[in-house]
Amino acid sequence: MKTTETPAPAPVPADSGAGVSRAGFPADGKPGGRKREGEVLNVFSHGILVIWAIMVVMPLVWAVMTSFKDDGSIFGSPWSLPDRLHFENWARAWSDAHMSDYFLNTVLVVGGSLVGTLVLGSMAAYVLARFEFPGNRFIYYLFIGGMSFPIMLALVPLFYVVNNMGLLNTIHGLILVYIAYSLPFTVFFLTAFFRTLPTTVAEAAFVDGASHTRTFFQIMLPMAKPGLISVGIFNFLGQWNQYMLPTVLNTDPDKHVLTQGLVQLAVSQGYKGDWSGLFAGLVMAMLPVLAAYIVFQRQVVQGLTAGALK
Amino acid sequence: MQHGKYRFIVGFLAAPLGLYALLVIWPFIQSIYYSFTDWTGLSPDFAMVGFDNYQRMFDDEIFWKSLRHSLLFALLLPLVTIGLALFFAFMINVGGRHRRGGPAISGVRGSSFYKIVYFFPQVLSIAIVALLFAFAYNPDSGAINSVLRGIGLDGVQPLWLGDPNLALWCVMAVLVWSTVGFFVVLFSAGMASIPADLYEAALLDGAGRFTTFFRITLPLLWDTVQSGWVYMGILALGAESFAVVQIMTTGPGGPDYSTTVMVLYVYQKAFRDGQAAYATTIGVALLVVTLAFAAVVMRLGRRERLEF
Repeated sequence: MKTTETPAPAPVPADSGAGVSRAGFPADGKPGGRKREGEVLNVFSHGILVIWAIMVVMPLVWAVMTSFKDDGSIFGSPWSLPDRLHFENWARAWSDAHMSDYFLNTVLVVGGSLVGTLVLGSMAAYVLARFEFPGNRFIYYLFIGGMSFPIMLALVPLFYVVNNMGLLNTIHGLILVYIAYSLPFTVFFLTAFFRTLPTTVAEAAFVDGASHTRTFFQIMLPMAKPGLISVGIFNFLGQWNQYMLPTVLNTDPDKHVLTQGLVQLAVSQGYKGDWSGLFAGLVMAMLPVLAAYIVFQRQVVQGLTAGALK
Repeated sequence: MQHGKYRFIVGFLAAPLGLYALLVIWPFIQSIYYSFTDWTGLSPDFAMVGFDNYQRMFDDEIFWKSLRHSLLFALLLPLVTIGLALFFAFMINVGGRHRRGGPAISGVRGSSFYKIVYFFPQVLSIAIVALLFAFAYNPDSGAINSVLRGIGLDGVQPLWLGDPNLALWCVMAVLVWSTVGFFVVLFSAGMASIPADLYEAALLDGAGRFTTFFRITLPLLWDTVQSGWVYMGILALGAESFAVVQIMTTGPGGPDYSTTVMVLYVYQKAFRDGQAAYATTIGVALLVVTLAFAAVVMRLGRRERLEF
């Protein structure tokens, strides 16, 4: 199966001669009944689809609206438009509430993890996909198994493993953990991908005297680019949005990533009462991902659904 | 391609496998071992206690509550989410008006617009979604009760997350809201790859849309539905339910433990109560539930693979 977009139904010229394109195909078996059913279904399906679209968008619109209001009107009339755009909420969230720090931490952690995941994941996947050796299957299933185990079970001892290594509450410690927990899906996906690539190019390079390592980095990786992009987007979103791992392993407030920082902020607002600032922070964290999604819509959808379809 | 093969294999596998073994596999093995000890997590000393922790778990009322909730999550969430998603995806792809001379079956106008919008929650962190809805559910100033007041339902002002009978459903609704879009897009892609002549043949034979759905679309989509089911169940038992319950409900775990789930209970026992060994025992129970769930879905869902 492919993950491509649904092909839009071919545009049909208004009426005249359109029937020719499907010559003799009696699309309407029982002309009256079928047609009415189609009409009703069409209105009905549009109605349902619009309602769900509104249900998806309204909470997001509400959040954006609220982030521009002052605290009084947030509580007084939740759905009213802001009296004016209170940009100071955003400024407060960015500096006073340390959103800028959380952003920076997240960028560092996700940047490091993403590169590490792709490099290590593609190395392991390539070897597992292309080389026969004793234990190949075992190692493969060891990686795949990690996808279905409840991570929380491992996190209890992992906390102490990481602590003993002196990596607790450090950015690089978090990066290593992110990489390790991203490997199962990455290896699974890329192994399948490397298997689909033709072997002849690599063999030719090898005959020409390129080493295995060189063949991998100069021939195979460029060929695997579409797969790397898909799995890269998948991991980027997963790591950017990660909440459970940092909650357990990254308890130092200065090292918090975005999701943690926001939750912490929400807890502390309980007594500080700066709700407008909190909503500004929330929207601040939301918008970049949404914007990136709208721009790279096709790639994001492909990246996130690719694994489930294979 | 034999020259230096093993040196290359070892060189390439060492780093990823080493990291994975140290940070993922080893902790899993350790935690199963710890479940037979009295380790607190606070001090390095512990002793073997046999099955004491398991004994304690079976007598622990809160454990049974969390198990019930987790099972409810694993059974109900995929059912509702995948059901809704199949419905929406079918509407998007097949519910369109039949145009004379056009393809026998067609999508609604603006189908790609719906898919873009429905996918929004999927790119947001579940933590952000949970925070947002925690405010929306606020009984006094939240968006939901305010809408209810707006349409004249002043008498209907539930406490939502504060009501022990409602809190769990509120939390589940948020997970449905945030995952339906992913499955709509996933199923749409699957439906798009079903050849149109199958639909045409069915329509010729006088099948309505709904027969078409159950006789053609669903069987041909079954593999995708099944893997989606497992995927959703694992999420509902693990990371996603942890985030929503921990962030949204008071305690966390809800009034009178009404929303606590296994994954949250593991976290609280280990990192709040200093009972690491007991936490791993509950974690092992969670592992058993997860694997059993996956095995049951794969077995029940097994049917002949249809090629098309």
